[in-house]
Amino acid sequence: MGGDSKFLGLLYISPYVIGLLVFTAIPFVYSFYLSFTDYPLMTAPVWVGLDNYLELFTSDRTFRKSLSVTLVYVFTTVPLKLVFALFIAVILNYRLKMINFFRTAYYVPSILGGSVAVAVLWRYIFAKAGVVNMALGFFGMDPINWFGDPNYALFIITLLRVWQFGSAMIIFLAALQSVDKSLYESAAIDGANKWQTFRSITLPLITPVIFFNLIMQTVQAFQEFNGPYIITNGTGSPLKSTYLLPLYIYDEAFKKFDMGYASAIAWVMFFIIMVLTLVAFWSSRRWVYYAGDKRS
Amino acid sequence: MAGLQIRNVEKVYGNKFKAVHGISLDVKDGEFMVLVGPSGCAKSTLLRMIAGLETITAGEISIGERVVNNLVPGKRGIAMVFQNYALYPHMKVFKNLSFGMRLQRRPRAEIESGIGHVSRLLEIEELLDRLPKQLSGGQAQRVAVGRAIIKKPEVFLFDEPLSNLDAKLRAAMRVRLTSLHKQLKQEGLSSTVVYVTHDQVEAMTMGDRICVMKDGRIMQVADPVTLYDRPENTFVAGFIGTPEMNLFSARLHKGASGASLEIGKQRMALDPSVMARLTLGDAGEVTAGIRPQHIAPAAAGASNTLEGRVSHVEFMGHEIYLHVVIADNAFIVVTQSAGFDRAKASEGAMHFTVAQDALHLFDPVSGKNISLGS
Repeated sequence: MGGDSKFLGLLYISPYVIGLLVFTAIPFVYSFYLSFTDYPLMTAPVWVGLDNYLELFTSDRTFRKSLSVTLVYVFTTVPLKLVFALFIAVILNYRLKMINFFRTAYYVPSILGGSVAVAVLWRYIFAKAGVVNMALGFFGMDPINWFGDPNYALFIITLLRVWQFGSAMIIFLAALQSVDKSLYESAAIDGANKWQTFRSITLPLITPVIFFNLIMQTVQAFQEFNGPYIITNGTGSPLKSTYLLPLYIYDEAFKKFDMGYASAIAWVMFFIIMVLTLVAFWSSRRWVYYAGDKRS
Repeated sequence: MAGLQIRNVEKVYGNKFKAVHGISLDVKDGEFMVLVGPSGCAKSTLLRMIAGLETITAGEISIGERVVNNLVPGKRGIAMVFQNYALYPHMKVFKNLSFGMRLQRRPRAEIESGIGHVSRLLEIEELLDRLPKQLSGGQAQRVAVGRAIIKKPEVFLFDEPLSNLDAKLRAAMRVRLTSLHKQLKQEGLSSTVVYVTHDQVEAMTMGDRICVMKDGRIMQVADPVTLYDRPENTFVAGFIGTPEMNLFSARLHKGASGASLEIGKQRMALDPSVMARLTLGDAGEVTAGIRPQHIAPAAAGASNTLEGRVSHVEFMGHEIYLHVVIADNAFIVVTQSAGFDRAKASEGAMHFTVAQDALHLFDPVSGKNISLGS
């Protein structure tokens, strides 16, 4: 490759490289530095060593509450969403009439899902005089204060995200369609019923995609912000039962202007995500089947 | 132990395309039946209807006196070997072989003895701990056959099982499958086979009987020798045998002095024996057929010969294929290469003698063989 074309190549990828540096890599490294400082935005950061982390792990009860809420949220939302996405993908994998319409229709919530509008809509659906309580009333049941009851509030946010199963579903659908049809025929001849076929053939063969979705959804769930912020007006109420770590980070950074402390929380969250991902990768050797891998 | 009966079976697809036109076929217990035909002749569709992988639009399929039309594949008493083997890629060979038995919750001892027997039979004992992707084509093929045998089915179904193998391995597997069939028979195990292929060599070498199909219809069902010697129509005549039978338009003349065949401007006197075989028709247009092995360069001074120009000579080792034009018809003539004078052939015009006991005459409209006698 000549010097000119090398330059041209670098030029072509420069928007991405610049974007990565300016908006991801530099802030990433900088926040790591900030997590060891006291930085109220208006004055220059002051090095405080491990103080932020020590405070987090020893005396910060809000952090402990927020972390446990986050873990509960992640460990309920991710499995529910994956199961739901896979369930819908299996149904949409059948060759039915108008199947393309249904595939699109089921994907729509995911397009809208990221938007603020849906979270606002959710707030109305589960409001005291909302649709859900009206339905309960129709069956003679008492209305439930969905967002006022710490037992329900987090679950409503889980529901909001589970409902946006579309992207995971599309990936599952693609995986389901890539399973060789003759394997199903072979299983039918071996006498397997639908459930046995799904369990013994389909599920093992799509494990790489289950694994992929598991990682992606876990990372996403940890970063959940819009839903609880909009629904609870940023308070994480009631009794901090929806106060996920990103809300806490936001409050520390942009309400209390304690950038150093916010960075420390963010880095703890990053570390937790990384550990969970590593555990998933380590365990994947036991349950993920890779077609290209020649090892037994 | 069971045979297979197919009665007036039809297959019509949703778009009204009729793939199978009222086929009836009996496969006897222990018989090796080959379904052969060009692609699109519905041989695989028929096989998949027997397996239960395709619905049956009309007609009846029974396995051992039991109508199986409405049974799921697993209940039909069949086992199938697929073209791509369809081994479960995430299961080791042992699990692939035992999958069906495990679904039936058979005792572990029975599963292990079954696998022991099959793996010895197919020499795959060393492979039991491997994944399918760690097997060669031939090994995967043997495992696929093993998975069928271990089920002890009433009928074995093979869907072009050798077409993914290279020529050498294919030839070896042909012999192996045939001897396996004999062995199962000797052990008193069920050994009825329906075997689909597009390769007429496989059909001829493996089948007890062969069912030649075209466009969803049966053209002829017979043993290999009968198919070769007594094809019932031009399609079978052209499909079976390598190189293909030479088929050409001719005119049949009957006169006081005997009968003759007019090919272009040439005329060949016909033996009375040929005329005795004719079952239909009088003088007139016919399609004549002669295999390349049954037409030969004429000996010097021979009479009643056809004259042709050699356009091309192919040396095949033991044999030579002569591409000849006789009265505007392209012929292939197979002759022994020993003693063949290539220089003479390239000079052009040559005379050829037809072995008239192997000459076939067909109705030019229906394509039916009218020279098979009664």
